[in-house]
Amino acid sequence: MDFQLLQTYNYAFLDEGSKREIRRAALKAVAIPGYQVPFASRELPIGRGWGTGGLQLTLSLIGDGDCLKVIDQGHDDSVNAVSIKKLVQTCTRITTTTDSEQATIIQTRHRIPEVPLRKDQILVLQVPEPEPLRRVEPREKETKRLHAEMDYSSIWLRLYEDIVRWGKITIGPDYPAMANHRYIFNPSPIPRFDLPKLNRAAGLYLFGAGREKKIYAIPPYTDVTPLAFEDYPFETEHFEGCACRLCGSRDTFLDEIYDERTGEKVYQCSDTGNCRKRQEGRHSDE
Amino acid sequence: MGYVAVTGGQAAIETANSLTQWYRLKDSDRSLKVEDIEHQMRQLINRVMGEGGLYAPEYAAIAVKQAEGDPAEAAFLLRAYRSTLARNYYSETIKPEKMRVIRRISSSFKDIPGGQILGPTYDYTHRLLNFDLRDEDHRDALNQILDRLSIDPKHKSEKLTFQKVTDLLRAQGLVGNPDPQEQEPFDMTRQKLTFPASRSARLQALSRGETGAMTALAYSSLRGYGAVHPTIGELRVGYAEVAIAYPYDEKESLYIGEMMLTEVETINSFTLNDDGAITFRLGYGLVFGQNETKAIAMAILEQSLETKGKSPTQDEEFVLLHIDSVEANGFVSHLKLPHYITFQSKLDVLRQSQKISVEKKKNETRDFKGQEV
Repeated sequence: MDFQLLQTYNYAFLDEGSKREIRRAALKAVAIPGYQVPFASRELPIGRGWGTGGLQLTLSLIGDGDCLKVIDQGHDDSVNAVSIKKLVQTCTRITTTTDSEQATIIQTRHRIPEVPLRKDQILVLQVPEPEPLRRVEPREKETKRLHAEMDYSSIWLRLYEDIVRWGKITIGPDYPAMANHRYIFNPSPIPRFDLPKLNRAAGLYLFGAGREKKIYAIPPYTDVTPLAFEDYPFETEHFEGCACRLCGSRDTFLDEIYDERTGEKVYQCSDTGNCRKRQEGRHSDE
Repeated sequence: MGYVAVTGGQAAIETANSLTQWYRLKDSDRSLKVEDIEHQMRQLINRVMGEGGLYAPEYAAIAVKQAEGDPAEAAFLLRAYRSTLARNYYSETIKPEKMRVIRRISSSFKDIPGGQILGPTYDYTHRLLNFDLRDEDHRDALNQILDRLSIDPKHKSEKLTFQKVTDLLRAQGLVGNPDPQEQEPFDMTRQKLTFPASRSARLQALSRGETGAMTALAYSSLRGYGAVHPTIGELRVGYAEVAIAYPYDEKESLYIGEMMLTEVETINSFTLNDDGAITFRLGYGLVFGQNETKAIAMAILEQSLETKGKSPTQDEEFVLLHIDSVEANGFVSHLKLPHYITFQSKLDVLRQSQKISVEKKKNETRDFKGQEV
């Protein structure tokens, strides 16, 4: 299988024409923060809806000398992350890492690493639904018009109705935000905890939706403002009084898990690469 | 037990991949021959080629073998392979009216010039399970069939071509479709489908749509959630020639082979569209291989999209974005991926909302009785 991939397919799987097209779409996305650039997404050898948008960005950007980290739920060893990393490795000559600080490109699903991105790093996010207005309008023709006219009343109304009915905004992950005071965008299903990391960040964030055929970006130092009201401010997930059982961290996003033996609820870091480094740091301090 | 992240992902997926191979072969004493799948699983191959968007019977057969017969998985394999291929040439327009026909029927007319030709079809078989197939001997079975048909396999049969039934209607001014226009077709493999979609984009999306999904949607239109209930002007199955422009002289063309196609033209009521014209409107379906239900469904859906109304099949985004086998299967199955981060975030919202709700109830009781309960 590995042999076949190298023999039959181009470097980084996609043909050069496709890669160029994807890079052009990414450049346009960088020029218009938060705007969804349509592109003719290619079918890849992994499931459509399993990260093909992110993977197409990664494959069109990657080259010799790059170091790749792939995570799913913050986890390097999650099966789909492993599968994606293996595919990229098989058709390129890159190195891989679990240390987000070593990586030049990080492809991720549902999380942003805890250590802030540097300006020489790119974070590629896999996106299931790029359209923030899909929550209120199913038709693409309509949502495109709403963005063009910056008519965002329907989504604001949705948030307001949430407060009336439930006492708070009920959107959990994939919390919509405004990019550069112009386009509302979906940050992909990252927790609200990760959303502030996008605001005026040093690194480049690229978003790829393969099935929906859209690419968008949050370039460095872009204002990213979560949608909220003055009296109902944006809130991240609550982990008060909880700490990672492995590294003791109290300022990272925690997975809530149940101990197999005792059934007790415990917490541990979702960003496994960072957690491991913290544990090692703690040991060497002792 | 909690939903705990599995570690050792690498080893786990390698084992899972090996187990798939093991389950494919473990209960038989020989491996299926690809050529047998190609020639004896004809309908499956047709379907997979159509939904995969690649006319390659042998590759489709390999895909079917690899996918253990799952048409969605096989179409996906073909599509993923196809997407890496360089686009060297565009064919010239294929002419189904010049097709070497193996089957052609019309349900609009009792008699059509050239006659109704049933050809290979299950339409008139009695659906009784044939237990003789258990021990079928290939040579014996073939000889028996040839005897019944009184065909000498060495004798070369004449090439059957027929004028199209709808041309008869057209000549009498009974058909009101706009005249064909020569324009570069949309290429949905190179551009994102945007809305409103051009007609060529619609037809392309339908032509590689998933057979079952399209049949269900077309059925909904026939049954009442829509306006289209056509008569089949003509359904033909046969081989059409494929040619490309000769690279050194654009006026010359180069024959590169033939492909089996099913073409359907349906006749629709003149009342469907409010354009005042009192003429029939033709619906059109064209698909790879012999896949008649899909071709009819395509003709129904494309006409349905030409009409205005509120039913699902009159909404082009609803139809065109949900009939793709690879995308629908991919996204529905992605729910098997871990979602514990998003779930944690939703759990957080739920707990906060519960807290608010409890406090609100407390306040309401207090207001009512003037004191805390």
